[in-house]
Amino acid sequence: MAFDYEKYIRPGKLPHIWCPGCGHGIVMKGLIRAIDTLGLEKNSTAIVSGIGCASRLPGYLDFCTLHTTHGRGMAFATGIKFARPELQVICVGGDGDGVAIGGNHFIHACRRNIDMTYLIMNNNIYGMTGGQFSPTTPMGARASTTPYGNPDPPFDIAKLAIGAGATFVARGTAYHASQIDKLLVEAIRHKGFSVVEILDSCPTTYGRRNKFRSAVEMMNNLKESTVSIKAAENMSPEQLQGKVITGLLYKENKPEYIAEYQKIIDDAQEIYR
Amino acid sequence: MEKQFPKIEINERYCKGCHICVEFCPTRVLAMKGFTASVINLEACIGCMQCELRCPDFAVKVTT
Repeated sequence: MAFDYEKYIRPGKLPHIWCPGCGHGIVMKGLIRAIDTLGLEKNSTAIVSGIGCASRLPGYLDFCTLHTTHGRGMAFATGIKFARPELQVICVGGDGDGVAIGGNHFIHACRRNIDMTYLIMNNNIYGMTGGQFSPTTPMGARASTTPYGNPDPPFDIAKLAIGAGATFVARGTAYHASQIDKLLVEAIRHKGFSVVEILDSCPTTYGRRNKFRSAVEMMNNLKESTVSIKAAENMSPEQLQGKVITGLLYKENKPEYIAEYQKIIDDAQEIYR
Repeated sequence: MEKQFPKIEINERYCKGCHICVEFCPTRVLAMKGFTASVINLEACIGCMQCELRCPDFAVKVTT
């Protein structure tokens, strides 16, 4: 049976602004399927974003949505969760938004372990502003500001999140479309800060500068350059060279920030009563 | 009994012609017709939903 995506999309908003072959549409479909599986109410779900191609996503969805300043999606989302802890908060953004200008907000949201989900769509480039290199652009890759190849080593977003203290870290790709909603369902159910990084493709500003002729070639590259965590267990380090591991990478249970803060409020009120 | 084929609808207003549905169809049901994708061989459709799942533009709908 066909899935009715338009039930969750604001009327008249489609077709979306993303370029032909952009993976963000595939990720948005995954998010919609995850929300449908969980049965989240439109009025009790807040979707927050910063600035960028990926951050246009909440504009299409018919939930409580917020489009905020560049990189500060997580700061606004933290505020929402504090004021209304009963809301299910999902923050979305791209790699430039999340780990470049919003890097500080990202690591501190991880450290606090506040109960929300952060969906990063990593397309290795700043697509909206014309293809400048981002902190996740691979070494040697060409961007409009690195015409002779990028000299900087890239961030590994999943390792950064684990190191900063996030309690649920998963990675998927736009090629493995049916895995996106499964990862997101687990992430949204998890009590604590969950990071889901989806490797994405940008045929317009990344692909055409890096010898990917079409959107299909970029999708096939996502398939070839990744390996699932289960398959990686039986592979030697030489075989894993240059491969990105996908799947549920890390999960632990730690005290959640809103609950801990409520304890402090209760204690303080007890003292001054 | 006559065999029932899945119904594939392509919304031409949403389709941006990225070729993803055409290339990832395992039985070559779809092809590009001008700028947009269209169904050329419905008899071969096995209802795997790959085109609907991977379409970034919400343009393909498969009803099995």
